Amino acid sequence: MSNYHDLLLFAVLPYLSVFVLLIVSIQRYRAQTFSFSSLSSQFLENKMHFWALVPFHYGILTVIAGHFVAFCVPRSILAWNSVPVRLYILEVSALIAGLLTLLGLIHMIARRATVSKIRTVTSKVDWVLFALLVVQIVTGILVAVLYPWGSSWYAATMTPYLWSLLQFNPDITYVSALPLMVKLHIVNAFIVVGLFPFTRLVHILVVPNPYLWRRTQVVRWYGEARRAG
Amino acid sequence: MNVRSQVSMVFHLDKCIGCHTCSLACKNIWTDRKGTEYMWWNNVETKPGTGYPALWEDQEKFRGGWEKKNGHIRLRSTGKARIVTNIFHNPHMPSMDDYYEPWTYDYQHLFNAPEGPDQPTAIPVSMVTGEYLNIESGPNWDDDLSGSPVYAENDPNLEGLSEEQRQQLFAIEQLVFFYFPRICNHCLNPACVASCPSGALYKRGEDGIVLLDQKRCRAWRSCVSACPYKKVFYNWFTGKSEKCILCYPRVETGQAPACFHSCVGRIRYLGVLLYDADRIEEVSNLPMEEMIEGQRSLILDPFDPHVIEEARKNGIHDSVIQSAQNSPVYKFVKVWRLALPPHIEYRTMPMLFYVPPLAPVMSTRQNEVLNSVSKDLFHDIDDARVPLKFLANLFGGGQEGKVVYALRKQKAVRWYRRALTVGDVDRETAERMLREADCTAEEAEMIYQLTSLCTFEQRFVIPPMYREEAIEAMRDPLEAKQGAGFGFLSGPRRGL
Repeated sequence: MSNYHDLLLFAVLPYLSVFVLLIVSIQRYRAQTFSFSSLSSQFLENKMHFWALVPFHYGILTVIAGHFVAFCVPRSILAWNSVPVRLYILEVSALIAGLLTLLGLIHMIARRATVSKIRTVTSKVDWVLFALLVVQIVTGILVAVLYPWGSSWYAATMTPYLWSLLQFNPDITYVSALPLMVKLHIVNAFIVVGLFPFTRLVHILVVPNPYLWRRTQVVRWYGEARRAG
Repeated sequence: MNVRSQVSMVFHLDKCIGCHTCSLACKNIWTDRKGTEYMWWNNVETKPGTGYPALWEDQEKFRGGWEKKNGHIRLRSTGKARIVTNIFHNPHMPSMDDYYEPWTYDYQHLFNAPEGPDQPTAIPVSMVTGEYLNIESGPNWDDDLSGSPVYAENDPNLEGLSEEQRQQLFAIEQLVFFYFPRICNHCLNPACVASCPSGALYKRGEDGIVLLDQKRCRAWRSCVSACPYKKVFYNWFTGKSEKCILCYPRVETGQAPACFHSCVGRIRYLGVLLYDADRIEEVSNLPMEEMIEGQRSLILDPFDPHVIEEARKNGIHDSVIQSAQNSPVYKFVKVWRLALPPHIEYRTMPMLFYVPPLAPVMSTRQNEVLNSVSKDLFHDIDDARVPLKFLANLFGGGQEGKVVYALRKQKAVRWYRRALTVGDVDRETAERMLREADCTAEEAEMIYQLTSLCTFEQRFVIPPMYREEAIEAMRDPLEAKQGAGFGFLSGPRRGL
């Protein structure tokens, strides 16, 4: 791949994706608040739902948390990995989380494809998203298997690369030498980020954290002036 | 004391004829949209029966309402810690199979069917998938099916009935049933509101109507399983929950809700109750056998000068206090103690109350003569075809006392009126019955009046709402000039 392509994919695409993510999400929230929903289909099909949604969410949350932690504290990860047993534990846990995600995703796709009630609430965008997620998760698992030990080299290559993006001074030398599989994983991730606000993924933006500290009962008064207590 | 007002309801089950007019009035106004076809915000059930959704009263299965644990109440299905694990897959949520798959018919087939030996039929088509459908259940398929081994015998309220009582209830000569119309109870301690992770559900401060903010709902589905009455429904198309809104656009303009307005049997009453919001938590924590009295004690006397003073302090308008004084609900629930909350043991404190139905046959047969008087004038209430235990499970939190009281008083009123108008009961007996039923002649007259001769205005005492006034007080009147009424300015669209 030429240097020109690398520049486009690793120095321009990330900013484009994040820009689209921010602008479209905000605009969608302002204009189409109603469309912010997890669009759950559990009501229509209750059994396969468990084997699809539960492994997928636990898996993907663990994997994303792993990526994030390695980005935040690369030195601690490297120090942890200096003992082989600890490295193996980390790598195997990460791989299990990845496989769990894949298992959930396969169930999700099978459920949407085979249950006719679920097909009626599946949009074209959902299928595009499924395709992207399959690429993302399969490449992620393949990278983990083919190019050990990811948790260590991520800290040495990806962390500085992502930091350079964050500092608006993209340095693609960290990624241009990486294997094609890894590059695909990275580029696909940016595509998912860019498409995020056009899909049902927006439910991530409205996860109900205020629930944990609000009062049990909610009472609304018509206008604060008439609030009685 | 923190006085609030609530628009509350009484359904007089002795008058319900099970015609489903209420359900259709509601359906035609609110739930004829895509995704809501299966919803019946108002439905009428036959008891004993399994209801809609099937077995909704089985809280071992659906985990609705509150439970008491370590001296405090908590939701049975979810909570602040439990939501973290339940948000991806709600383990107690009913699915469409527990309601029914809505359908229409392929009427074109009547015209398009190729020539053949048989008459063409209109084939049922699913309103979800659009495919041909083998109809397996409907929203009221237990209608009038008392004695049915599929429906009536599985009624969760049969719990605690002796084998003998059950056999009696289902013996072919003894079959009995009554109707049980249901809407959202607009509870004082609503489980749906408490369970919503997004805070989309709320109780209106001014009139206590429980509503669901469609723009804040994110389809986490907690409300559907938390409501023990299964009166929050999930719109599978928009990905939002919906529920009975007590026709607030009608109530705000002084009209009775559609199901009330259309009620053929005139069983429905609507009026304001003043209650003490500071004591809700205390009362919902009471032991089960004290809850009915506890809830009654929350309801305040609108004639008490102290209550009126506190109500005014809380901004409750004099005209609302006045309609609380005229409220038929206050009379049925608090003064006459005839109306009881359904399933108080769920601890949501429903604000819809039911007058329990009298057993249909009041006489016994002796030597080919119908005899309707015995020494114990209320004998037939204890020997009623509907076992008291069954009614107690529905309306008394398992306690028979409150139900017996309401039934005895109803019967005494009937006999008192019979003594006055028909004359086959002597006045002395009738007055003795009134005494034994804790009722006076004046009270009996009032109950008779509000039960049998009630006018529209007596049944629905709707408080004036000052919403328009409130808008004018707070906003520039020209601000909303080109707005398009209430609701969405553009049609709500399903997210991608």
